[in-house]
Amino acid sequence: MQPIYKVISKGYLLFSALALVVSPGIAAAQTTLLNVSYDVSRELYKDINAAFAAQWLAKNKEKLVINQSHGGSSSQAMAVINGLEADVVTMNQAPDVDILVERGALVSADWRKRFPNEAAPYTSVTVFLIRKGNPKAIKDWPDLARAGMQVIVPNPKTSGNGRYTYLAAYGYALQANKGNDAAAREFVRRLFANVPVLDGGGRGATTTFSQRDIGDVLVTFENEAALIDLEVGGGKFDVVYPSVTIEAPAPVALVERVVEKRGTRRVAQAYLEFLYSPEGQEIIAKHNFRPRLDAVVKKYARRFPLVRTFSVESQLGGWDKVRKEHFADGGIYDQIIVKR
Amino acid sequence: MAGVVTHRAHPVSDLSRFENNPATREPPWVKRLILGLALSFFAVFLLLPLFAVFAEALRKGWDTYRVVLTDSDALAAIQLTLLAAAISVPLNLVFGVAAAWSVAKFDFRGKQWLVTFIDLPFSVSPVVAGLIYVLMFGAQGWFGPWLREHDVKIIFAVPGIVLATIFVTFPFIARELIPLMQAQGREEEEAAVVLGARGWQVFWMVTLPNIKWGLLYGVILCNARAMGEFGAVSVVSGKIRGQTNTMPLQVEILYNEYNFAAAFAMASLLALLALATLVLKSWIEHASRRDYAPVPEGRGKV
Repeated sequence: MQPIYKVISKGYLLFSALALVVSPGIAAAQTTLLNVSYDVSRELYKDINAAFAAQWLAKNKEKLVINQSHGGSSSQAMAVINGLEADVVTMNQAPDVDILVERGALVSADWRKRFPNEAAPYTSVTVFLIRKGNPKAIKDWPDLARAGMQVIVPNPKTSGNGRYTYLAAYGYALQANKGNDAAAREFVRRLFANVPVLDGGGRGATTTFSQRDIGDVLVTFENEAALIDLEVGGGKFDVVYPSVTIEAPAPVALVERVVEKRGTRRVAQAYLEFLYSPEGQEIIAKHNFRPRLDAVVKKYARRFPLVRTFSVESQLGGWDKVRKEHFADGGIYDQIIVKR
Repeated sequence: MAGVVTHRAHPVSDLSRFENNPATREPPWVKRLILGLALSFFAVFLLLPLFAVFAEALRKGWDTYRVVLTDSDALAAIQLTLLAAAISVPLNLVFGVAAAWSVAKFDFRGKQWLVTFIDLPFSVSPVVAGLIYVLMFGAQGWFGPWLREHDVKIIFAVPGIVLATIFVTFPFIARELIPLMQAQGREEEEAAVVLGARGWQVFWMVTLPNIKWGLLYGVILCNARAMGEFGAVSVVSGKIRGQTNTMPLQVEILYNEYNFAAAFAMASLLALLALATLVLKSWIEHASRRDYAPVPEGRGKV
């Protein structure tokens, strides 16, 4: 029998050879761009990246590799703060860009002014996904607060999706009660009392509703609802638009520190501008996000029914106020959850 | 003839003596019930999920299976997983042997402390293990500013993934070897020294051959964990597609993209790895039993 160290070293050589064979080949020095983004934008940016790289190659004769990283919006922001070298960030809520200004000044303080539409090239709205035929006759927000209803919402503390749902319900209740805070709180409390499980993120809530068949209604973004119908629904679900809902703009920003260091400012800027171009907006609309360009909105009008919306800024006094009043420890959200 | 009869009169082994003893005998239905329970539990909780992984992976046919596994992101994930294991396993091998050798063969102050510290990664949650490295090497961490100045990337890059893997697989080999080496004692080494062997000679020719099966066993367990680690690696990965996603991370990402066929195809590779580990493990147990087989029966008896 061979000595043991020979057996081990032979096995190891074989193993390392395998690792090398599988290797797709390390790319030669190329311009690369890293887009750090939130959870459900993967499919969108896959298409955007391919289109932009092709356009950049045609214009500048330079081959571009665009890498993407996806995860929960806030944890992605934390990763960038901790040194994940993102050239651009594309998030689903403004606080996740603001925190990059506060912690380490990675993004310039006036990022909202650097691109059109408050630096949000597209938006989505919060809608209801219900079981086919609408057995519980769900039409608007008050139906969700009815006794005996099961509502699936991701956790507003950890997920942008859940946060928007909470704020949408709150904003609706403010409008319905002529700005009466106490009444709005009571309404949201009744609604969240109907939530059997608070999943950590949007996709987790989707799985609970569509795979585990829990709940009568899933409150989520319009684009996610469309995707569920396409990927797992097979005609098992319908979308209901409430009388009024919240608009969720998806903010983008250059990470100044990184583009400065890596010398990628020009291409990163062009990448984000591409999102506003007719071609980019078209791709955005195909993925069921609401585009900004009127021509594209008209073309895809069937996908995006007109719905009355409000925003965090227009109705709820901006993200700073919302964060302090609603989501801080012991804030309105915590009080509601305890009392439910 | 007489010899044969005598032989039969004695129970063949301890086990049958145990079974034939009225004090330990159970009615057949109890035996069957317990056995049936154990087997059905095994089937429902282990075999069925394993089967489900392969069934889901192959639901859309072999062609899809092949296509999703040769996707460039999938290949990159497989490569990174192999790379992380290829670096961390040998390092832990060297460390494990060194630690076990010093703990089992020598006496020194603080030995108990060393043994306790070796176990630390077992008692720390993998997520915390990942966060430790973020705290140390992250941009806001202790070494962050220095690393940035010198343009060294540790976390959100391959080195961080390797570090996290090393941390969580740290105790496997040492833990496997320490009891074995302690049981073997140091008589053989002392004999070798008396016969004139030098330090390295003792190690290569006496110690290493004695522990080889335990060592291989530890390496295999260490490798399985290195390839399967999710928590710690997920924290330091940065989740860049095609660059810092290992196989377990890729499974989660594909699943979250509703790409079930690809997710389960990748998961089936990890399951295959687990099966290969089991086969190797039982082969090692078999081989070591043969190797360390006690003196043949009869010779010991008077």
